[in-house]
Amino acid sequence: MSTLQATAATPVSALPLPAFKRSRGHWANVAARIVRNPLAMIAAVILLALIGIAVFAPWIMPADPFATSMFTRLKPIGTPGHLFGTDELGRDLLSRLMLGGRLSLFMGITPVLTAFVIGSGIGILAGYAGGFINTAIMRTIDVLYAFPSVLLAIALSGALGAGIVNALTSLTIVFIPQIARIAESVTTQVRRSDYVDAARASGAGAFTIVRAHVLGNVLGPIFVYSTSLISVSMILASGLSFLGLGVKPPEPEWGLMLNTLRTAIYTQPWVAALPGAFIFITSISFNMLSDGLRSAMEVKQ
Amino acid sequence: MTNQRDIGGPRQPLLQVRDLLKHFPLKGKGLPFASPRSAVRAVDGVNFDILKGETLGVVGESGCGKSTTARVLMQLINQDSGELVFDGETVGSRALPLRQFRRQAQMVFQDSYSSLNPRMTIEDSIAFAPTVHGLPSREAITRARDLLARVGLQPERFAGRYPHELSGGQRQRVNIARALALEPRLVILDEAVSALDKSVEAQVLNLLLDLKQEFGLTYLFISHDLNVVRFISDRVLVMYLGQVVEIGSSDQVFDQPRHPYTRALLKSMPSMDPLQRTMEAPLAGDPPNPINPPSGCRFHTRCAYARPVCGQRAPVFTSDESSGGGHGVACLRYEADTASLFSTAGEVSHA
Repeated sequence: MSTLQATAATPVSALPLPAFKRSRGHWANVAARIVRNPLAMIAAVILLALIGIAVFAPWIMPADPFATSMFTRLKPIGTPGHLFGTDELGRDLLSRLMLGGRLSLFMGITPVLTAFVIGSGIGILAGYAGGFINTAIMRTIDVLYAFPSVLLAIALSGALGAGIVNALTSLTIVFIPQIARIAESVTTQVRRSDYVDAARASGAGAFTIVRAHVLGNVLGPIFVYSTSLISVSMILASGLSFLGLGVKPPEPEWGLMLNTLRTAIYTQPWVAALPGAFIFITSISFNMLSDGLRSAMEVKQ
Repeated sequence: MTNQRDIGGPRQPLLQVRDLLKHFPLKGKGLPFASPRSAVRAVDGVNFDILKGETLGVVGESGCGKSTTARVLMQLINQDSGELVFDGETVGSRALPLRQFRRQAQMVFQDSYSSLNPRMTIEDSIAFAPTVHGLPSREAITRARDLLARVGLQPERFAGRYPHELSGGQRQRVNIARALALEPRLVILDEAVSALDKSVEAQVLNLLLDLKQEFGLTYLFISHDLNVVRFISDRVLVMYLGQVVEIGSSDQVFDQPRHPYTRALLKSMPSMDPLQRTMEAPLAGDPPNPINPPSGCRFHTRCAYARPVCGQRAPVFTSDESSGGGHGVACLRYEADTASLFSTAGEVSHA
């Protein structure tokens, strides 16, 4: 009797529903394709290695990155005990590069991530709303967009004052218009598709439609574009540090290191070029990865 | 989910369209403050009824306003003026809010691919609308699978697939299932079979006929394919440049067409007999520009019967029955005071 009652009380929604085999989703397909792209995979491995080194830097650094020594200034690459040589104050360059990766990568990724969230929100709102709201938002964005990004970043940082937080803020403001524009154009496209019309015809509200039908189709392209901005962000951040508007010495950061070592360009050119090489390798890796991601997502079956 | 059914009784038309008007203003033409601004007169005063349980076919050339009419009927575009009365209640009124109307009227689009979200599995796409209207997701999925089986796609094989893995015909079956998921009473089929292969088209048409029987549906079937319209429709509506020029039962329109445009359209149907094939184009030239439609009767620029009066006076739609069915036409040759102006009187008769 008790079992009978239990069965009768079970609502339909609690009955087991056979789960039919799902096809591989879009993102599984993208992953499968990007794994087969050698360039993107090399870039991913390099980035993972750089991030790993930066994260674990305090434990794997060969020397103290802050210990100066007047006797070992500007040693060449390959000096025993200083594999990558030393800087103008005799600090171990390898250790500084490892620890400096933290700030450099952080300053490359954080503004882009923040701008991705804010810019996508603005762009999707403008693209989905259309009409007057779209015009109002996008023309405001265009005002910021009219400035060259380097100039805007320097002007904002200069106005806000030196410091990491201010540098991050100004970089975020630089990237928001760029991401918002992409988000707006992708969303406008999706907005006009028949499946959004079909969803509207089914009586769903704007919020439900954006959540269920728009986000999944626009976030991918916006994300790909944003990853390509990481390298720009790193270079801009390095530039700000170079101008004394970002990170303050003695904190190691690749842009700042490049700045201080530039005086040694005639005595130890290879050592002086090393921080620049790291910036270059990181940004080109981000670019190759986002390129790979884009072509993996473009393929239509 | 219970739909309120049949309020007005069987004689009440399911959807009455009254003086529907939709103009698209043109941007960037002329000075910014110049008035009046020109507009594409896509739907220009359209009146018709869709009777309960019938299939009303809509035919006309490309750009005559068929699809715009469909989108206005679904309220995907808002009309400039005019009224939609669904089973006796005005759409958008307190008695029938838009959301309630949308549960009862659904649409199948022409492009089977772009009308399905590429990131959603088939069953999720079908289950979306019922969940929007408050059905628990589990029951919605169950309903989606039942509907998949009903439109001839085994749920075990297709439920978890994505749109790109299906053929055009299979996708259009999914779209039909999605339209039926809310248990609508009216289904608007906007060129729903036009993009399919002939053999697949026939299968889907038969499916549509079966579903109509089973669920007691009413169809508005828009197509440029006259053979298909004749096969599926009970009544046929002919549109020209945003206006209705003729309505009648399928047999009336196809066997005794009254409007010269309908006659020309029917003459353009390819014949099965090579000896009977049409040798000259029955309609000369492209349809006039809907931005500045011709004065008087809009068809007079291409009409073989045109008289000077046609360019001056717009014909009034006249029907031989006042309500519902009947054979109606908008042509001066059928208006009492102007019929005599058309000299070959023997040809014009109110048969």
